[in-house]
Order: sequence, then C-alpha cells, then structure tokens
Amino acid sequence: MIVEVRLFARARELIGSDSVALDLPQGATVAELRTRLSGEFPRIRPIAPSLLVAVGNDYVSDSTPLVEDDQVVCFPPVSGG
Amino acid sequence: MIQLTRDEIDYRQLTESVRSTSAGAVLVFLGTVRDLTDGRETVALDYEAYPDMAQAKMLELESRARRQWPVVDVAIVHRLGRLEPGEVSVALAVSAPHRDQAFAAGRFLIDTLKQIVPIWKKENWSDGTTDWVHPGMAGNAATGPEPGCESPL
Repeated sequence: MIVEVRLFARARELIGSDSVALDLPQGATVAELRTRLSGEFPRIRPIAPSLLVAVGNDYVSDSTPLVEDDQVVCFPPVSGG
Repeated sequence: MIQLTRDEIDYRQLTESVRSTSAGAVLVFLGTVRDLTDGRETVALDYEAYPDMAQAKMLELESRARRQWPVVDVAIVHRLGRLEPGEVSVALAVSAPHRDQAFAAGRFLIDTLKQIVPIWKKENWSDGTTDWVHPGMAGNAATGPEPGCESPL
C-alpha cells in the first residue's frame, strides 16, 4: 500500500520535501514506517528515533498499524510558545 | 477563542474575551521572543505549524483544563511566521472564580501546549546561522528529556 507522509520542520528540511509516498506492506506499523523512512532518506537517520507520528490529528505509537489513505504526519519534537 | 494567526496578537482584546462577572481571577500569559539564548543573539524566530492538528490540540487543551478546574473561559492565540525579539508569539488568557484555579489552569495550558501542539520554531542567530528548536531530540545540542518514540500524552 502507498502511504503518503507529510513532513514538518527539520524533518521536511532534511528530506527536502513536504511530503513523501512510501510503499509499505498491508498492515505495516508506525515502527515499520520509521524504519522505511530512515532507509530511503539517510539524512533523516540521526533524528528518526525522535520523530513523532500522527494520523489525522492524533498521535500514534510505534505499534499502531497503518491503513491505506491514512493521513500520516511526521515531525520532530514540537517547540511552540 | 482558539486561533492561529499571522497577525500581531491583540492581547488586550484576548483578555477582554475571557472576562466575566463570575470570574474573580483572570490570568494572562504572553510568550515573548527573547533576544538571548545561552549567550547567543536571536535576530528572529520563524514559527510554523501543522494547522489542522494544532487547532485540534489547542481545543483539546481547553477541554482538559475545563475538566480539571472550574474554568469560566479560555482563549489561546498562537502566532506563525517571522517574529523579532519583543514580539508576542503566544497569548493565553484563562478566567476562573478564584486565583488558584486560574494560575493552575494557566500553567497547565502553556506547559502542555509546548508538549503536544504541533508548532515549531527556528532560531535565526545574529551570526547568520539557523537552528530548529526540537527539545530533547536525538543529535540535538539542546538539553532536555529524551522523548523516545512514544506520543506525548
């Protein structure tokens, strides 16, 4: 399945794009997405363990399975305020 | 009122919006761009957000505060774009019958905003270099707790 991942802040700058499409196996988890992202975009590796992942407007953990058409968003720790 | 804006924040109007005869305490917090961090001079901060989720998470903050304290009203406005030292990046006002409740709710709101609302800032230093501020991130010079992979809260 193709999962579209939107990127923000330093994650976007390291990858050089505000979104990427990843081809993941059906039922792949957030952990697998993280691994795939690091594999395809080596520049993201140093910060990959710290990236936060959300589906829609909610944070998800590494064990969460993804489905096609999920609105996946990936970004480093937030720093508003 | 929960809002993201690219315009200057009118914190007087924000404060007025939460005032009420039932609220004996009105607390206002203004996050302000600081000129010095660890001896380095900031020229400007660039703020960006994931707007849909940021708005949703700020609404979630309000409802969590309302569950915990007898809050009369809450207003949070966060600014995006380029801000210079002295400018207000976030304004928060909370009203409650008594001051202890207003202080506690205000503290919770700003502390939790900084943990869960997807907004980021980039430092533009006076020497021309830039740094994203990502607290606790692996490979980061900044100190702070390592958040790991789990979602915050």
